[in-house]
Amino acid sequence: MKLRELAHSRTGDKGNTVNISVIAYDEKHYPWLEQHVTAAVVKAHFGELVKGEVIRYQLPNIGALNFVLKDALAGGVTRSLALDAHGKTFSSAMMALELPPPPGSAA
Amino acid sequence: MTLRIGSGAGYSGDRIEPAVELAQSGRLDYLAFECLAERTIAIDQQKRLKNPEEGYDPLLEARMRAVLPICLEKGVRIITNMGAANPLSALAKVAAICREMGLGPVRLAAVTGDDVLDQVRQRDLILEETGQPASALGSRLVSANAYLGAAPMVEALRRGAQVVVTGRVADPALFLAPMIHHFNWGMDDWSRLGQGTIIGHLLECAGQITGGYFADPGCKDVAGLARLGFPLAEVEPDGSAVITKVEGSGGRITLATCKEQMLYELHDPAAYLTPDVTADFSGVRFTDLGNDRVGVGGGTGRVKPPTLKVCVGYVDSYIGEGQIGYAGPGALDRARLGAEIVRERLKLTGVRHSELRVDYIGLDSLHGPGLSRPATQPYEVRLRVAGRTETPAEAERIGNEVETLYTNGPAAGGGVTKGVRQVLAMASAYLPREAVQPELHIQEVPR
Repeated sequence: MKLRELAHSRTGDKGNTVNISVIAYDEKHYPWLEQHVTAAVVKAHFGELVKGEVIRYQLPNIGALNFVLKDALAGGVTRSLALDAHGKTFSSAMMALELPPPPGSAA
Repeated sequence: MTLRIGSGAGYSGDRIEPAVELAQSGRLDYLAFECLAERTIAIDQQKRLKNPEEGYDPLLEARMRAVLPICLEKGVRIITNMGAANPLSALAKVAAICREMGLGPVRLAAVTGDDVLDQVRQRDLILEETGQPASALGSRLVSANAYLGAAPMVEALRRGAQVVVTGRVADPALFLAPMIHHFNWGMDDWSRLGQGTIIGHLLECAGQITGGYFADPGCKDVAGLARLGFPLAEVEPDGSAVITKVEGSGGRITLATCKEQMLYELHDPAAYLTPDVTADFSGVRFTDLGNDRVGVGGGTGRVKPPTLKVCVGYVDSYIGEGQIGYAGPGALDRARLGAEIVRERLKLTGVRHSELRVDYIGLDSLHGPGLSRPATQPYEVRLRVAGRTETPAEAERIGNEVETLYTNGPAAGGGVTKGVRQVLAMASAYLPREAVQPELHIQEVPR
């Protein structure tokens, strides 16, 4: 299944770094996300788009993960040649991530 | 004792009617406008260099004309960073508007001292992103502004200012200042300052917590985005708050909108650095109270950082760009041929560029070929070529080479657009607090 079925997401930018949240619609799915949406999985998913490291922060208090992707904006918001210099659309790429359906889900 | 603070703008060009709606119907004590992105102040500084009267937010006048009469009548105090690169000119402008509209007597204030270009030059600070000293930029250095905290705004409020205009201040501080003033919080009450900072962080992007930057039909539906309401916080003396909006306005406030905005532009949730506090959001809790009301508590904080962050703006380069569209069978092949021709032309005609980027809009322009993986040939595709140059003349040649594809390139290319822009890049540096001296300016407009 796609991550979009279990979680929603928003991108923020700072310099050449973006952060992408992954927030469980239902907090009961948070442990599943924590298990399957790791920093390594996200780094591999974004491939050449993200040149630097990916750091993951866990926020069980709100059922969310926060990914910080470094060297990800083609030189940074203010210099980038990219159309989407802020990386505003990156959350949509995150939502396309494939993961196994959680136990007991209809999918 | 509940304090009501509204958010009237999430960026410089934001909609104005939702701020009017908040002023009119939000039963507010304060209305704050956050209008300074990282680069905005460097652009405004360039305007100021051309005309010393300018350099404040281009929408300052329109916004003030729209909200000032209502706010002054209802006793709503305004706090904004629309002073941008020229808070004193902004102050004079607001005073002129008050006189012209007959709104006196009114006390206005401006905060300066964020402009630290001289200090950056004298100390020749190292820029974090480039690792080079500021002096390496020579005449390309345009602006340097330190993020000020809440203290000078609190002082302005203490002295009775009804409108406070600043340059660069930390975004959440625009909202934290009225909390500190109203509840008489100590400037070392880290826990409350941290909780106040999460409220400011949630409000500072205005519509981004009421359903803007959120809707995704079928997954996350939001009604009324064309008349999206902007948020307000009802803050209690202990710093806990309810985020809500004017009844009947568009959009929605839910746990999901609040969580997305809490994580927006956040890195380590336990260490959100501001000039006032090292805020800790890791224990924040939201409570859905229904009817577009969400409670927020559990934010805390630790001692503030010893240095202030400085945003340094400099002229980096020029970007030239051209676009052309192709459609129907073979559209993508013709776009690719067009790109090859432009690359070869730039080489043949000696247009120097340090970077060149080719995008196929409709195919892979946003996330690159790796993530995009198109299933079928697109019906239409738009070729975009963008390159970085040292001079505007060379940048112009890039767009021109896309344009000449009309008569010299693949069949049936249409709808060319082209442009050149100067790149004002931003870098960061850090100054000890003692090096930055905020200054308060009070102006009275008589009846």
